[in-house]
Amino acid sequence: MADVITYREAVSEGIAREMRRDPSVVCLGEDIGAAGGVFKTTAGLFAEFGPDRIKDTPISEQAIVGMAMGAAMTGVRPVAEIMFSDFLACCWDYLANEIPKMRYMTGGQVKVPLVVRTANGGGLGFGAQHSQSVENWALAVPGLKVVAPATPADVIGLLAAAIRSDDPVLFFEHKGLFASKGETAPDGHLVPLGQAAVARAGSDVTIVALASTVPLALAAADELAEGGVAAEVVDLRCLVPLDMATVLASVGKTSRLLIVEENPYQGGWGGTVASVVADEGFELLDAPIRRVAAECVPLPFADVLEDQVIPTTAKVVAALRSLLAY
Amino acid sequence: MTGERRERRAQLATPLGPFERMAEIRAVEEHIQLLFNEGHVRGSTHLSNGQEAVAVGVAAAARLTDVVTCTYRGHGQALALGLTAKEVIGEIVGRTVGCAGGLGGSMHLVGPDVGLWPTFAIVGAGLPVAVGAALASQVNRSGRAAIAVFGDGAANIGAFHESLNLAAIWQLPVVFVCENNLYGEYTRIQLSTPVSDLADRAAGYAIPGLVVDGQDVAAVTAAVSEALERARADGGPTLLEMKTYRYSGHSKSDPGSYRPAGELDQWLRRDPITIEAGRLIDGGTATAEQLAAVSSRIAAEVRRAAADALAAPQPAVAEMLIHVHG
Repeated sequence: MADVITYREAVSEGIAREMRRDPSVVCLGEDIGAAGGVFKTTAGLFAEFGPDRIKDTPISEQAIVGMAMGAAMTGVRPVAEIMFSDFLACCWDYLANEIPKMRYMTGGQVKVPLVVRTANGGGLGFGAQHSQSVENWALAVPGLKVVAPATPADVIGLLAAAIRSDDPVLFFEHKGLFASKGETAPDGHLVPLGQAAVARAGSDVTIVALASTVPLALAAADELAEGGVAAEVVDLRCLVPLDMATVLASVGKTSRLLIVEENPYQGGWGGTVASVVADEGFELLDAPIRRVAAECVPLPFADVLEDQVIPTTAKVVAALRSLLAY
Repeated sequence: MTGERRERRAQLATPLGPFERMAEIRAVEEHIQLLFNEGHVRGSTHLSNGQEAVAVGVAAAARLTDVVTCTYRGHGQALALGLTAKEVIGEIVGRTVGCAGGLGGSMHLVGPDVGLWPTFAIVGAGLPVAVGAALASQVNRSGRAAIAVFGDGAANIGAFHESLNLAAIWQLPVVFVCENNLYGEYTRIQLSTPVSDLADRAAGYAIPGLVVDGQDVAAVTAAVSEALERARADGGPTLLEMKTYRYSGHSKSDPGSYRPAGELDQWLRRDPITIEAGRLIDGGTATAEQLAAVSSRIAAEVRRAAADALAAPQPAVAEMLIHVHG
């Protein structure tokens, strides 16, 4: 049996593999050094690579990401950590205006090969400013690549692709998945950006999911399997590039599509997926496209309220039953 | 292109070099004004008349391999570093001969081969980027230094503080060059800033801070050279405040009517080109007649460059899609 590793351990493992391979990879972030990161996702890196390559910064999000940009333009491959994805708002100029536009505005003369990693998502009672799923913010900016893995092996394989990419990548690690376990990845494992995975095969309905909603979708599929329904779960892995070919192929088999996303319904990435399927796959469908997404409210603190706002297995099961009954 | 740019950069080390380049910058800015009035320049443009000595002094002091980030008032800095008048004007009128092939525009000039990495259109955005380039230099031990050129307005944004703080704690090889032209857009510095010398802020970061006569190209060159030498000797960053003045308003839609009567005339009496001409004449390097002939020659060259730029093709429509990702 393959070794088992947590999603959290997979982050530091994925970074370490690339740092061993490429001496130009340097990590920047708050408390990522001896402390190992507030989520312990950089544990062990400081001991192995030292302070010259694992750099603890002050609480200065603009400088962290802006500096990563300057270093990336001039010969380093920075992996910058923004502790909570909510804090991307503190350095949004760099993520919306500077980094994604540099290659374009210079006609390809300047490349920005960097990764910004960040802990994303809710379900852990951190309140409205430390719980958001903000992958849709990044999706709205042409020029960024957007990655959000669901399994430890994908964390390792997608980190390898992200760090090796000559384009800027925003890498969302889901807080709710850090303790989850899965098979580790073999040496040299690389998952190309923009390649979705069929996490479970089925022929009755397609569930498109990302990061935290992949386990929700799988649990819901298990529940329906008891009633003889075979749901197919597509894990997008990346929003940019977006692998619509895999989604359309699945819908071609099942004729029904449910999209499960943790970001708010309003402006959520599922709208883009639905729009492409409506445009290019309308004749494949036997039912309306449905979306389970977060309510359009700030994340409330109390458990009972937070569960109401974000997707749960129960909500996915209910949506699937309604879709199958259409 | 690189060869010509390097040759132009080397010219700054000749006795007449700084005078010639400042005269060229003035001629280009005046020509851009004409092109704007004739409808050849879309959007806006920010002229640097009056600030030529800062641009040329920075370029004269920097090595070709050093990294300069600059403001959107950067036509002069681009020309000083070595870009040609045709490349700069070509970009401002959106032609293929422009330094970014017409994808950038007036506020986004670039020339990595001579250290322009690039000009930034968001106030102060280049500061953390220069710090990042200095970090890359420290990591790679390349001996490269970085120079962040920014305005007095940028000294009041958060990234200024984050950048100086980080550069100071890590003792990075970066020089912060503040062009204090007394106005942040339409607002006089006394209304936005409680200190009369921005160089005083260096004390808050325990780094050297100096006030420099920004109208004297020799003084600028000397101050930047000394700061670069310190940076390269692991002496850390320096904040230099260049006291200067822009003769035009903030942008093309601003006549500058908020300036007190007589202020412009007072600064015109300290015109950087006149000051340099005086030095050359007093030192016996050139006569007034010779300098007048040089200025006429340069004006004619700039007219030709502008005509060539206007005659060049506009970008092909396919350019629109090909520079987003690698």
